[in-house]
Amino acid sequence: MSAHIEAETVRPVRSWKLSENTRDRLISIASPILLLLVWEIAARTGLIDTRFFPAPSSIFETLVTLSSTGELWQHTAASLQRLFIGFLVGGIPALILGIIMGLSRPVRAVFDPLISATYPIPKSSILPLALLIFGLGEGSKIFMVAIGVFFPVAINATAGVREINKIYLDVGRNFKASRWDTFRTIALPGALPVIMTGIKLGVGMGLVLIAIAEMMGAKSGLGYMIWAAWETFSVEQMYVGLFVIAIIGFVLTLVLNEIEKRLVPWKR
Amino acid sequence: MNQALAKKTTVRDDVATESRERPAIRIKGLSKRFGSFTAVDNVTIDIARGEFFMIVGPSGCGKTTLLRILAGLEAPTDGSIDVSVEAGSQRPVNSMVFQGDSIFPWMTVWDNAAYGLKMRRAPQAQIKEVVGHYLDRTGLLKFADAYPHQLSGGMKQRVSIARAFANDPEILLMDEPFSALDAQNKLLLQEELLRIWEENKKTVLFITHDVDEAVKLGDRIMVMTAQPGRVKTVVPVSLPRPRDVLELQQNPEFGKLVHQIWSSLRDEVQRARELDEAKGVRK
Ligand SMILES: Nc1ncnc2c1ncn2[C@@H]1O[C@H](COP(=O)(O)OP(=O)(O)OP(=O)(O)O)[C@@H](O)[C@H]1O
Ligand SMILES: [Mg+2]
Repeated sequence: MSAHIEAETVRPVRSWKLSENTRDRLISIASPILLLLVWEIAARTGLIDTRFFPAPSSIFETLVTLSSTGELWQHTAASLQRLFIGFLVGGIPALILGIIMGLSRPVRAVFDPLISATYPIPKSSILPLALLIFGLGEGSKIFMVAIGVFFPVAINATAGVREINKIYLDVGRNFKASRWDTFRTIALPGALPVIMTGIKLGVGMGLVLIAIAEMMGAKSGLGYMIWAAWETFSVEQMYVGLFVIAIIGFVLTLVLNEIEKRLVPWKR
Repeated sequence: MNQALAKKTTVRDDVATESRERPAIRIKGLSKRFGSFTAVDNVTIDIARGEFFMIVGPSGCGKTTLLRILAGLEAPTDGSIDVSVEAGSQRPVNSMVFQGDSIFPWMTVWDNAAYGLKMRRAPQAQIKEVVGHYLDRTGLLKFADAYPHQLSGGMKQRVSIARAFANDPEILLMDEPFSALDAQNKLLLQEELLRIWEENKKTVLFITHDVDEAVKLGDRIMVMTAQPGRVKTVVPVSLPRPRDVLELQQNPEFGKLVHQIWSSLRDEVQRARELDEAKGVRK
């Protein structure tokens, strides 16, 4: 009897209530809008200095102008291309080296000290050296991104492989998996969750470094656009650059999360 | 499957004619030391082809170590192992069902069960047939596309067993495959295992802490001593086959054997505990 009563009282309540997910999503959309609104009002009423904090509406105007002339897209495309190539150039060797380091003690013994010694160097401080070696062209920019991606991916790949329960490697041996099979069927998939974390870190690092690299001796890219804005005191353009970089970072995170979901379906 | 079954019938004929001369496994004076610690000490035993051989002994007495040596995962310090395979056999020598959770979390049930055959580059048609057969026998066919995290503990254990059987080895090494299961699931899996085993009578080495289980499944039971692990006694089980694990418990012979094994084991478990306490190790 009581079960019956319960069922009837519970049902209407549930249909009125938003699910927690929907509620959280609404809040996370509403809060930036609210912030922009406050900012706009503060800028218009002169509460904040518009030389440093121009109203969002005027930033938006600049964004529309810059994108209608095609300038914004050209810079965005240049940065994205460098980011992508740098990601491959740094990420693929890092992945292979990292996994092999995880599997093989001698290889680890060779590379571990090298990586430990070079990892703490702030990547941005390598920029002058990169300019010296690769010149002002694409090479130095791609190199900077590659460096940023390399370390987190290599370090996480090694850690990921080493964290794989030894029993899985024993299973591989017992079922006569070849070296390549062990790499392909055990080391890589077993380490993938940790590797994905490394890739996310690496992409974030690459984004930071591409912006910095483009401020020095570049003629295109979002970093260049921001730097040029500083030189011409175009604060709005500066904000547009920052805004687009933020959007890129945000979208890349979403994309990588989606990729992770597909590549790692066995993790809840 | 027909072809495989036909092959297995010939294996059974072999047992009758050859087993006395040519045991499947001949272990001679086998020892394993880790540094100064002796895990396995001078184990000598012959295991016949098609025999279901049980190993019991107190925790830490070297049972897993013994099996790992047989599986080629560990090198013996002393002694030798001879594994005789049928002339011209293409089958792998052994497959192990590991103690604890060992199925790959990143593969579906199907891919886990197919692992050995895939590593051997078996033809696709054979993989489909054999894996399908053993997933069916273990009641997992419906879960072929599931990932391990979606399975219960008992189902995972069955995947592990299907993986070893599907590899079609000469010898099956099973390290406490049922120890993590509740009593009901254990009983069901014991029945399933016996049914699958009756199909082709592979040589099985099976470690357990469960004396009832040892008597229910085994042809012979080897009791090992506490550290270092030696052969204390080997008890033959003359209960008729095929066995019904439920009916068996009514059998007076069953009770006698359980009692015999238990009393032999009890002293060793007691001694293992004293050894551990002396070392200040809590098990
Ligand atoms: N690689 C190793 N290095 C050092 N000691 C080891 C190693 N492997 C096992 N041992 C030791 O050897 C002894 C036997 O271990 P083993 O795993 O074979 O025991 P077991 O009989 O399977 O125990 P259980 O019933 O608890 O599974 C243990 O004392 C263990 O600590
Ligand atoms: Mg063990």
